[in-house]
Amino acid sequence: MARRDSKDLANRVALTGFWIAALTTVFILGAVIVYVFVNGIGEISLEFIFTKPHGVNAEGGIWPMIVATLYVTGLAMLIVTPIAVLAAVYLAEYAVQGQLVRTIRFAADTLASVPSIVMGLFGLAFFVEALKLEFSVLSGALALSFLMLPIVMRTTEEAIRAVPKYIRWGSYGLGATKWQTVSRIVLPSAAPRIITGIILATGRAVGETAVVIFTMGTMIYTPVLPTDPGRSMTVHLYQMAMEGINLPAAFGTALLLMVMILAFNLFARWLLRRNRRMQG
Amino acid sequence: MTDTLSQSTSQAAPDVVAEEATVKIRVRDLDFYYDDFNALTGITCDIKAQAVTAFIGPSGCGKSTFLRCFNRMNDLIPGTRVVGTVLLDGQDIYGPDVDPVDLRRRVGMIFQQPNPFPMSIYDNVAYGPRLHGVKKKSDLDDIVKTSLKRANLWKEVKDILDRGGLTLSGGQQQRLCIARVLAVQPDVLLMDEPCSAIDPTSVQKIEDLMAELKSTVTIIIVTHNMQQAARVSDDTAFFLQEVMGEPAHLVEFGRTAEIFTSPKDKRTEDYITGRFG
Ligand SMILES: Nc1ncnc2c1ncn2[C@@H]1O[C@H](COP(=O)(O)OP(=O)(O)OP(=O)(O)O)[C@@H](O)[C@H]1O
Ligand SMILES: [Mg+2]
Repeated sequence: MARRDSKDLANRVALTGFWIAALTTVFILGAVIVYVFVNGIGEISLEFIFTKPHGVNAEGGIWPMIVATLYVTGLAMLIVTPIAVLAAVYLAEYAVQGQLVRTIRFAADTLASVPSIVMGLFGLAFFVEALKLEFSVLSGALALSFLMLPIVMRTTEEAIRAVPKYIRWGSYGLGATKWQTVSRIVLPSAAPRIITGIILATGRAVGETAVVIFTMGTMIYTPVLPTDPGRSMTVHLYQMAMEGINLPAAFGTALLLMVMILAFNLFARWLLRRNRRMQG
Repeated sequence: MTDTLSQSTSQAAPDVVAEEATVKIRVRDLDFYYDDFNALTGITCDIKAQAVTAFIGPSGCGKSTFLRCFNRMNDLIPGTRVVGTVLLDGQDIYGPDVDPVDLRRRVGMIFQQPNPFPMSIYDNVAYGPRLHGVKKKSDLDDIVKTSLKRANLWKEVKDILDRGGLTLSGGQQQRLCIARVLAVQPDVLLMDEPCSAIDPTSVQKIEDLMAELKSTVTIIIVTHNMQQAARVSDDTAFFLQEVMGEPAHLVEFGRTAEIFTSPKDKRTEDYITGRFG
């Protein structure tokens, strides 16, 4: 009897522990969102989104930063996607599974865990200075693509591996070559998960600060050419806040940034769910 | 496609030509290895053209392995090896001049799990012809229609050709896979337990289908269902792995009617009457 009671007690204690942990998580998340929302919502207006800042305190809008952010991440996505997908196809389908492939995979995982400020430093030394690309959207996009590459490559590889063997066999059984099977069956089947991976990586790039401050610079400028400099929303937020220039603008920027990243993630989830329904 | 066919006929050895009308596939002293594991040994048999041959035997005795030897699907599994000869229409399919990709057009395969591609019904059937260069819409339309008709699926899907193949029922999916294979006009059809994952009505339909198809296509079916083997096949081959880890072999091969009524081997009789396996 006593044992039973102590077991019940242990159960209850554990359960309460889980509850507290879960509630804390939700609370922290909620607190951050509410705090940013309350402080930022007053700033958000059409003017804030669509006009340039002016004056010493950077009043007005953040349009150049929005453009620079979308430009640099979009370009990074364009650079990363073909390289990552081709590399993943090679790793998953063609490479002889052995030491070399394991090494490449390990390298990708390591690359994924390099602190982004280190990647920024590398970008500064290599793209900005050695390749003389200056502080530009292009330098930023190239450095960001280093950050995104391992994520997209690994999710793509997993998506390819998740395509069932019997579907591939169906294709081979009809006299398809390996390339025909990969390009017509495997990649289309894996596409939704690959796209999800790309979107998630892009979402991360949107929120990246260290890399872009080192490579795209801090100049408030609406970039048109890839060689133009610019300031990302994250960098803007950093400067507004740290230099005490305009705290409300910092919160407004933060709120917009969060909404953008949330939209990215929701879009990725929606894609995945839609695909799951379609494949029934 | 017709090229490969006539070519193989003209290349046939003289002694084979004599019997070509009746023997489609000739297997001599075949051994099969997964790395070091000798899965099959000393298999010799003749598969008749325009007939249904059933492969039966307990689980793990190498029926699927043997079946995959006929379209070299085992080539896709690393570390596998075939010793011995397999002649299709007199041509050694493991010969140096045979491309397994071409071979697989002539020797189609249906799997236990229906495996439509995640695309429309139409595109599923058109997949093979497109691979092999058929581009004209009207030609593809014809092939899709004929193949679905031959697979007894046309009536059910003619108005929903653009719907996803995966939205069909399991039995319909299996017939879609059959249509997909028929669209590349194989002369041999390998079926690995095609009915074990589908409902009884569909099983009936597929058995009827086999009876219709066998006038044009040589069919080999692996099945665990003795009644099915007895119903659909002309010849039956019984495989057995007597000791775990030892290779399996062909115990008895002959007319289905004889195997099921008066088997020559005691082990065949035991298996058929359900005493083991
Ligand atoms: N890819 C593989 N690698 C190594 N061994 C394998 C592989 N596939 C099958 N085998 C082995 O080869 C033997 C024959 O397997 P196979 O699948 O051909 O048997 P089967 O008669 O089709 O069985 P079932 O009736 O269960 O489908 C088994 O011992 C199995 O473990
Ligand atoms: Mg099997």
